[in-house]
Amino acid sequence: MIVGLLGQKVGMTQIFEEDGTAVPVTVLRVGPCTVLQVKTPERDGYYAIQLGFDDKPRGKATKPERGHAKKHANAEPKRFIREIRQDGPVDWKEGDVLTVSLFEGISAVDVTGTSKGRGTAGTMKRWGFGGLPASHGVKRKHRSPGSIGATTDPGRVLKGKKMAGHMGNARVTVRNLKVVRVYPEENLLLVCGGVPGPNRGYVIVRQSKKLRSAPQAS
Amino acid sequence: MIPREIQVVEEKFMKKELPPIEVGDYVDVHVRILEGEKERIQVFSGVVIAKHGGGLRETFTVRRIVQGEGVERTFPIHSPRIAKVEIKRRAKVRRAKLYYLRDRVGKAARLKERRHRREELLAMQGNEQSSEAPAESTSQEETS
Repeated sequence: MIVGLLGQKVGMTQIFEEDGTAVPVTVLRVGPCTVLQVKTPERDGYYAIQLGFDDKPRGKATKPERGHAKKHANAEPKRFIREIRQDGPVDWKEGDVLTVSLFEGISAVDVTGTSKGRGTAGTMKRWGFGGLPASHGVKRKHRSPGSIGATTDPGRVLKGKKMAGHMGNARVTVRNLKVVRVYPEENLLLVCGGVPGPNRGYVIVRQSKKLRSAPQAS
Repeated sequence: MIPREIQVVEEKFMKKELPPIEVGDYVDVHVRILEGEKERIQVFSGVVIAKHGGGLRETFTVRRIVQGEGVERTFPIHSPRIAKVEIKRRAKVRRAKLYYLRDRVGKAARLKERRHRREELLAMQGNEQSSEAPAESTSQEETS
């Protein structure tokens, strides 16, 4: 069973451990999530649970959205619905409400979010290229990528060449973030370090993949 | 605006009572230092030249002169490593950051002492418990 929940990034701050070390933390509002559907190999070909987070006003939800939430879980339509893939049958049923207390005792999590969109970005911002010199005859090319390939051989630009283009607004997973605190009363989860996306952006929080694979290896 | 959830989290780690530090105060900062198993207190005394940030992340910067060399240390005000802050004297200052002291040497780096209002004296006494009572009378003698 893989513990995973949906949530929202609240923002960052720092907290002090008892010995005085300041820990940079991201505050996540995680859960309560309703199990909207349980997927099984017989019906769907794989194990997963479909979770919904944050109620959506009925007037704003489409009729299929309302119907889906009501039919399976007898719940309000949700704003953020994602599946958590499972490796086997789960104890949770449709209509169960999962809270952040599931993460108590879990030391690290993977957090998936949508990174902040940067629009069309040049190679210096997007890939960390150095650009061209500021002087020595360089004119109007200071942020250019320079050469993008050789000459007649190969006679084309290689696939995957890092170039300017759209940056951000993509699905990003940060792995193995340490769980610093869990506050079930307030539905808050504190993880050490940053999380992709803007404040109030939706995130998927799962128990860390590294932790999951470790017991199997031993 | 700070989200409510952040405030909730920060409140759990904030100190209940903060030393009433202001910019221009001459302070003794008692810092807890862990050396292996043992813990001891080190005192850093100087002038508060800046306060920065808010909430749990508020810090203050103390400047002192050590062997003719200016030394500044910035302390997180809510850090458990700050055992105590004693306010020795208060100075009359007209700005929030006293960075101009960095360019001053010797006598020019002094600040004009401020006569305390009654409630401030009480606050300082509360902060330092017993030791302040005799010091209070002497400072009044000096000013009169």
